[in-house]
Amino acid sequence: MVAEIGFGALIVAFVVSIYGILAGLYGARRHAEPWLESGRRAMLLTWPLITLSVVCLVALLVGGHYEVQYVYNVSSRFMPLYLRITALWGGQAGSLVFWSWLMAAFAAAATLRKWDRDREFLPWVIVVTLVTLAFFLGLVIFVENPFVRFWQMPDGRQAVAMFAPRGATPLVPMDGRGLNPLLRHPGMILHPPMLYLGFVSFVIPYAFGVAALVTGRTDDRWIRITRRWTLVAWLFLSLGLILGSRWAYDVLGWGGYWGWDPVEIAAFMPWLSGTAFLHSVMIQEKRGLFKRWNMILIILTYALVIFGTFLTRSGVLSSVHAFAQSAIGPLFFGFIAFTFIGSMGLLLYRWNDLRSEGVMTSLLSREALFLLNNLLFMGILVVCFWGVIYPLISEIFTGQKVTVGPSYYERSTAPLFAALLLLMGIAPLSAWGHSTLKTLGRALWKPLIASIVVVIGLWVGGIRAWSALLAFWLVALVSLVTLYEYYRAVVARHRRTGENYLRALWNLAGRNRRRYGGYIIHLGVVLMALGIIGIELFQTETQGTVQPGGSLRLGDYTMLFQRLDVFDTQDGRNVARAVVSVFKNDRYVGELHPRRDFFYDSQQTMTIPGVRSTMEDDFYVILVDWQSSAQGITFKIYHNPLVNWLWVGGLVFILGTLVAAWPDREAESPRARAAQTLAVQGA
Amino acid sequence: MSGIGLRKLRFSWQYLVWGVLLVLMVGGAMVQSVRAQQPTPSDDEVNAIAKTMYCPVCENVPLDVCPTQACAQWRELIRQKLAEGWTEQQIKDYFVAQYGDRVLGEPPRRGLHWLVYVLPPLSFLAGVLILVNVFRNMRRAKPVIASPDSKVKASSSWDDPYAQQLEEELRRRERGE
Repeated sequence: MVAEIGFGALIVAFVVSIYGILAGLYGARRHAEPWLESGRRAMLLTWPLITLSVVCLVALLVGGHYEVQYVYNVSSRFMPLYLRITALWGGQAGSLVFWSWLMAAFAAAATLRKWDRDREFLPWVIVVTLVTLAFFLGLVIFVENPFVRFWQMPDGRQAVAMFAPRGATPLVPMDGRGLNPLLRHPGMILHPPMLYLGFVSFVIPYAFGVAALVTGRTDDRWIRITRRWTLVAWLFLSLGLILGSRWAYDVLGWGGYWGWDPVEIAAFMPWLSGTAFLHSVMIQEKRGLFKRWNMILIILTYALVIFGTFLTRSGVLSSVHAFAQSAIGPLFFGFIAFTFIGSMGLLLYRWNDLRSEGVMTSLLSREALFLLNNLLFMGILVVCFWGVIYPLISEIFTGQKVTVGPSYYERSTAPLFAALLLLMGIAPLSAWGHSTLKTLGRALWKPLIASIVVVIGLWVGGIRAWSALLAFWLVALVSLVTLYEYYRAVVARHRRTGENYLRALWNLAGRNRRRYGGYIIHLGVVLMALGIIGIELFQTETQGTVQPGGSLRLGDYTMLFQRLDVFDTQDGRNVARAVVSVFKNDRYVGELHPRRDFFYDSQQTMTIPGVRSTMEDDFYVILVDWQSSAQGITFKIYHNPLVNWLWVGGLVFILGTLVAAWPDREAESPRARAAQTLAVQGA
Repeated sequence: MSGIGLRKLRFSWQYLVWGVLLVLMVGGAMVQSVRAQQPTPSDDEVNAIAKTMYCPVCENVPLDVCPTQACAQWRELIRQKLAEGWTEQQIKDYFVAQYGDRVLGEPPRRGLHWLVYVLPPLSFLAGVLILVNVFRNMRRAKPVIASPDSKVKASSSWDDPYAQQLEEELRRRERGE
């Protein structure tokens, strides 16, 4: 019964979505306010309907209803309650329902905003949002239904269907196969929801962009409305990427945090175009420039969101043949083509209306540097996109797949990332409208000299590799420029208002959260860069086989293998856990327990490293093999300098995004006050 | 990050040299070592090659860290070939001949595969040219409005002077003027 209710709610939500689209279109065409209002309410209604469906699916998961195929595939009796709940997004069908649910939540939130001032956008926001939602609901209902059940046919065969075939009886397995062990980590529990939230929330700015194109409203209103939506989308996408990296570091057992896997890149690409968009919209807001480019960026970001979901859900990454055979792949492909071509067609239709309103007078102005920043982001995006799809192109044209591995991405993107860091150091000092070498030099010379002093210090300290020195110089430059900007502003405010420095800093950030939140984000990026530099340029590793009492040495560290314990756990695992002592410069610093967990239900293995973590470095031990070698146990150990700055930087980055997205204390009041002022003047 | 640069390779060779010296010293003193028992060639030598290779089954997992039995056998094969005196290139050629180009971390630089390496820089160059063109046109073009600090809305829905004045006032306040 629960499965029927869940499935029924999905169907009703799908019908309501279709109705909302038609009501929105009709309302826009006839200027019929009741139809528009009806469309708006339809959009609002989708969320409770899909919520009901989600509740049903969670109830089936928690209740252990293994007659439901999805429940059987992603859960088992051994799994604790929280994992049974998070199994909602542990498989394809459930994750599509979850995607739709989040999408509907954002759609509902969009309906609840005040529409008085931008009523002309409403029908098109309804249409675009509900077309996207209806597409995903259609996939769930017709292709990937999570509520289908096992049935025993009269002739002894087993069948999978939503409703009982004629003469069939329900087939209830005793237990499920369990969630993929890799998905049982806290990072992986939170990572998909964050990514999905990032994905779905980008649909709203896109919907407003399309609405602006359809209505011919070529001013920056759509950008101002969606600024916070975009920041929220970006926040979630960033959180998803950071959590995914942490999960990879903790669980995948290869000593790294980012493997340039196509699935990772699928999430990274909309982040790249979204970041370019976040910078580029400021040019339109401040200077009235590049309206077309902003439209292209939001269309591209939306297309990449769908493309990312397509990449991970269609099977296309394993083979073009798997894609061709899957039902979901061609549907996704068609939807991407439809939305992308449609949006670009609209953009071309409005091309002449979207001319820039001003001119760019200086190559060193903030807008010029932001444009350069956009070029670099697009450069990285092209590298990523091409690296992901080239194996498919090769398979189509040569019949042979190839691997495009990390070395390609690292070599191609490293100079672009370095140039982005350099811009991050310069752009905050340039002015909107006009900057010269002289004005820029005057603002830059102090942090520049300080950053060079830092590099000289590092060189004296023994670092000789030019790549490391360059990278550290960039990090120092951006940090110092950002801190110097804070310092100058705080001192100026202190002089002007007499506030103490701390209050001046607080009020400064409160008055212009976007700017100072942005600076915090920049500081987060440089801290993350520090971690990346550490692991990319200074990581060392070794592997060896040792008997109990034997040791392995790496740099200043020595690992002494004590013993291996093999035991079963109550939650259905067989654990092989090594106990190793760690010494740094021959001084005991702790005990680690690298282990391998074998999950009986899913017949899969998971590697959990033992990590000694400090802000200086990580000593990371993996149990490679404990069975096949008669000579002892094989360990792989990594020394990862500075890696924890990556996570600290991630936290600072998120904090900065929250500050930037937080409503400005004075953001609403200027509008009201300006209106009041004008009203008074008019009177 | 799973990939390593040349620098890291140099690092591992350094350790290798120190490791060999250590073994010689300890062996010479006839002291039984309790350190790692390194087969010849060592795991590190094998991993240095395996790191840049992929088996056709375990997609996107480098051979040096892939936990499957099949990949362990590949690593043993690399060890065997190294012991026979094969070079890294000979070993890679052997695997390519057996399993195809996909065992390599990057497509070989020939034929269609050149596109992998050429297209991104060409696209970037095209982007630079577009940008240069934009800068040129922008600097030549006359502004739609007289002042760079003010904007006039082109849309017909924004012809209302009150709305324009309101927006202008808002912009000034947002700029802190």
